[in-house]
Amino acid sequence: MFQLETRPVPSATMRLLSPLIAALLMLASGFVLFTLLGQPALKAFYVFFVQPLTTLYGVGEWLLKATPLLLCSLGLLIAYRANVWNIGAEGQLVMGAIAGGGVALAFPDVSASWLMPAMLVAGVAGGMAWAALPALLRTRFHTNEILVSLMLVYVAGLGLRFLVNGPWRDPEGFNFPQSRMFHEAAILPLLHPEMRVTVAGVLALMLVGLIWLFLSKSWLGFRLTVAGQAPAAARYAGFGERRNVWIAMLISGGFAGLAGVAEVAGPLGQLQPSVSPGYGFAAIIVAFVGRLNPLGALLASLLMSLLYLGGETAQMELGLPAAITGLFQGLLLFYLLAADLFIHYRVRRSERAPAAVLKEATR
Amino acid sequence: MNEGLILALLLSTASAATPLMLAALGELVTERSGVLNLGVEGMMLVGAVAAFATMSQTGSPLLAFGVAMLSGCALSLLFGVLTLHLMTNQVATGLALTLFGVGLAAFVGQPYVGGVVKGVEPLLFGLDPITLLAFVLCGGLWWFLGKSRAGLLLRAVGEKPAVADAIGYPVRRIRYLAVLFGGAMAGLGGAFLSLVNTPMWVEGMTAGRGWIALALVVFATWRPERVLLGAWLFGGMTVLQFHAQALGLAIPSEFLSMLPYLATIAVLVLICRNPRTILLNQPLSLGKTYHPDR
Repeated sequence: MFQLETRPVPSATMRLLSPLIAALLMLASGFVLFTLLGQPALKAFYVFFVQPLTTLYGVGEWLLKATPLLLCSLGLLIAYRANVWNIGAEGQLVMGAIAGGGVALAFPDVSASWLMPAMLVAGVAGGMAWAALPALLRTRFHTNEILVSLMLVYVAGLGLRFLVNGPWRDPEGFNFPQSRMFHEAAILPLLHPEMRVTVAGVLALMLVGLIWLFLSKSWLGFRLTVAGQAPAAARYAGFGERRNVWIAMLISGGFAGLAGVAEVAGPLGQLQPSVSPGYGFAAIIVAFVGRLNPLGALLASLLMSLLYLGGETAQMELGLPAAITGLFQGLLLFYLLAADLFIHYRVRRSERAPAAVLKEATR
Repeated sequence: MNEGLILALLLSTASAATPLMLAALGELVTERSGVLNLGVEGMMLVGAVAAFATMSQTGSPLLAFGVAMLSGCALSLLFGVLTLHLMTNQVATGLALTLFGVGLAAFVGQPYVGGVVKGVEPLLFGLDPITLLAFVLCGGLWWFLGKSRAGLLLRAVGEKPAVADAIGYPVRRIRYLAVLFGGAMAGLGGAFLSLVNTPMWVEGMTAGRGWIALALVVFATWRPERVLLGAWLFGGMTVLQFHAQALGLAIPSEFLSMLPYLATIAVLVLICRNPRTILLNQPLSLGKTYHPDR
């Protein structure tokens, strides 16, 4: 007979171990899944998780896909710490891409060095503006930010489709729904000539440090964390809830917007009807698997990026559907949530059935 | 306007409203038991792909709808085990369920992209059996939640699980049943999309309807009869979007497609504007984990 028992103190070891357990369980499920699909599991594992990283180009792709995941999740982890459920990062990313890309399209003849910073600022502002809507509606009208931020994902996507189908369509693009290619000054420099990853990767890495400082050393970061973990204490200390919602939404929106503009000014080089394969949603998983911690998010974003890359490689090499990536991502989060049980509870094995104990006691 | 056109508009509104109504009614029962399942979108998508796959393999609509409901149940069971037994956070688990469902549906549906199946025939007054079922369900739930003893028990569990537990009612079992019902209805709503609305499978074809259904539950202030009103409102919006071009409205199609999402936000603002509306109607223990500490 097994019983769940509340731990006197939440286990710090389990808090760190549970993402690892989740990743291992995900791999085990992958083993079963590959076998069911009639693939030799070991070869499939190699193709999925190792082969993508055997070339310099592959490593570049790995870092390239990790960048938007990391950027989005850095913002989201702050929001989730404050118990503000922004799940519309995908839409904020799209708005960042529209705003930043709009600057590039508005100044096609400018090759001055102010153009790129202006694009990045516009991207951040675009993401922030899109996140400001759910913040405004929650603080003014008490609407649920989960539903509003999610609805805005669809609105942003349709807005982008309108732009690339209509006013921003490349006149020389054979009627394809996409903008013209950005000129050189509107493209982020590459880190290495053989890789597609841009300086945005380094920027994201620097922001990891900045967010770590913000959360562990700053008053504002402390405030947000308290508001999330002990709302009653936060109210008692006079930390206004409205301001926390605004700050959490704006920061997470800004980061997602930055990710968006970095995509269009990086690997895409233009605005397309779809600028992200769901990075904004996958970043939710990254934030959780990374334990709402910036360093954890860095590691988790590398794992999730490998899942994207592995899905593509497995499609090309083994003919497996690329959608397997989403399946793995969902499984990872499920396993994490289940493993988290052992942070607060432990399993006790009662040696004898309660009835037997009772009998002995009354003897 | 002639009568034929009005009838056609009404019929297409009905079929646009049905998937929303089914999913929202299922989620309403789940939420009334105190459990918030944000995985509706994922369960609908999996229902849609399961129904389509079954239909193209067997050609039996009955079997297809059945399999869709079962697969919705299976996903909600997963959610139930995690939230009710392993006591995970309901918001995070629901999000995980949606992300997982989107991935699973895309994975299972890959071979069926571009396939065609025969649509379901109308049964009565040009309405298909599932649309009729949705109406019956709405009335039935109104009776069940408001008038029946079992419904009262369900509501008690949603308001004060500790009290229901103390009197001796099986809180966890009741919540499981409510969660499973929500899963079955979301699966059925999804099946309606891929078999009746547009008899085909497209990745992500629910396009946020699961989330709109969640908003409908709030709009309906957790009352089944008001879900009917909300679903028809949204159904009408979807139909308007298809007929706007025919009516000569020169609005780009993308803006028309935004309508249901913007309307959802507008409706949420209207209902939530007064915090007391929500406070008075929302099940007290909604979204809170209940752990019977013994």
